Amino acid sequence: MAVSQPTLTKTKGANGSAPWLNENVKALGLFIISLVLFLLFWEIGANLKLFAKGMPTASKTLQELWWWSTHPFFDNGPNDLGIGWNLLISLRRVAIGYFLASAIAVPLGILIGISPIAYKAFNPYVQLLKPVSPLAWLPLGLYIFRDSEKTGIFIILISSIWPTLINTAFGVANVNPEYLDVSKTLGASRIRTIFKVIIPAALPNIVSGLRISMGISWLVIVAAEMLLGTGLGYFIWNEWNNLYIPNILVAIFIIGLVGLILDNIFGALEKFVAFGRKA
Amino acid sequence: MSIASVNYSSNGAVSPEPEFPSAQLSIRNVTKVFAGKRDIFSKLSGKTSRDFVAIEDISLDIEPNTFVSIIGPSGCGKSTLLNMVAGLSPVSQGEILLNGSPITGPGPDRGMVFQNYALMPWMTVEENIRFAVETVFSKLSPKQINRAIKEQIQLVGLEGAEKKHPHELSGGMRQRVGIARALAINPQILLMDEPFGALDALTRGFLQSEVERIWEQQRKTVIMITHSIEEALLLSDRIVMMTRGPAARVDEILEVPFPRPRDRNTIDQHPAYHDLKAEMESHLFRETRAVEESRIR
Repeated sequence: MAVSQPTLTKTKGANGSAPWLNENVKALGLFIISLVLFLLFWEIGANLKLFAKGMPTASKTLQELWWWSTHPFFDNGPNDLGIGWNLLISLRRVAIGYFLASAIAVPLGILIGISPIAYKAFNPYVQLLKPVSPLAWLPLGLYIFRDSEKTGIFIILISSIWPTLINTAFGVANVNPEYLDVSKTLGASRIRTIFKVIIPAALPNIVSGLRISMGISWLVIVAAEMLLGTGLGYFIWNEWNNLYIPNILVAIFIIGLVGLILDNIFGALEKFVAFGRKA
Repeated sequence: MSIASVNYSSNGAVSPEPEFPSAQLSIRNVTKVFAGKRDIFSKLSGKTSRDFVAIEDISLDIEPNTFVSIIGPSGCGKSTLLNMVAGLSPVSQGEILLNGSPITGPGPDRGMVFQNYALMPWMTVEENIRFAVETVFSKLSPKQINRAIKEQIQLVGLEGAEKKHPHELSGGMRQRVGIARALAINPQILLMDEPFGALDALTRGFLQSEVERIWEQQRKTVIMITHSIEEALLLSDRIVMMTRGPAARVDEILEVPFPRPRDRNTIDQHPAYHDLKAEMESHLFRETRAVEESRIR
């Protein structure tokens, strides 16, 4: 009894004071504390006019956020549109441009990845066009299409095509050679090998590419829309012209939130196709 | 030298003629050279390399229904030889005949078991075997295909794991799938490239016994590459010992006379066991020492 007593206390001490206080609970606590501190700092700082002139307080911004999220769908003309409509307009543009980009990038990436010669030959184009800022395409798009809607979609397409294309080609070109040996020793046809082995084997890379492309589309649409007339980007631009900062902050928060959700969807998809492989 | 190596047998057993009529697989004066880089890009970047002779003038005849092990120091070209038999790697000189006709590429008459299993991670156990069966027997009805898959799963003892993906299985179970997949296409020859090399010692022993059991049922011709003397003695009818590379050759072929079925616990009671083991150990020791010394120089 006397011997077992210290051991008992020691295990209890090693496990921590309370079993419910695990890592996640601690992280949540830290998150809430930091958020409260940040909002307090903002509120007090804005009231004391420590920041730029006209900077809204935290409470004013949160009120606006509440108002905009409880009144998402109203339509009083293009310069006074509910944020829900603007969000849907932006999402629609992203969806069309991104879908077109993926529909081109995945098959093209597979074709380029399958042939080592094509891979080497087309790599310079991709590497040259990939680092170009999406906004550099804007004048070209406007000149070609003479239409802001089409230009927006074009910008999304041209800037979100590259990550998917590169990742798909890389994944296809770097399929584990043992899988190909298996296919060869079974005497599988080229078509069967491509559809049953190469594409599934490259799927984690393809989905990673799609995830990066989606992130870029969402980055680009806001910037492009500032010059286009509707959507979340235009909402920000419009509020800037009104010089009403709280709404800009609301829009920033909503853009971030939607980006986070989109990224999480693709993160889940990546896990779904990994089957124990590391992406 | 190559003919001598075929005819030579340490146990004094009568060896086949070079043109043995019943040989199922015959490897004739095969040489493998890996071409060096001498193209214009390599020259410009100063990265040219010389040709590398991996295997030089190997001849070997394998009769039907024999289990042949190939053993040799690491880097001696064992896997290269097996890949040439599989048709995955072209022969530089000489020829490999399967039932009298030369091998020109891979085909389903030879089943391959890979060291790292090479299972498709996105397919379940059942789908991995199904991929092989459907590829090779595309004319079978779905019912027949399902029956063939079930048979293989039972043969290797994987019932209950059909719907699992490879990453949910242990190494030993993965290699069972690998073996089932190779046997599912009913090949004439089973090629195994260090099939137990990635397994821990206990699992390896267990799987060796399983392979012995399966082999008793089917008696397929098997060529297995191994590093393990005990493994070769337990499973093989003949053991081919190769010299060190480069320009590796067949040094000696041992006949393993133990009766079947063999039991890993009692096999060492056979009078010839320890002599054979000692002979293989001295060969491997000599070759490995030479390899290590050549690396130091």
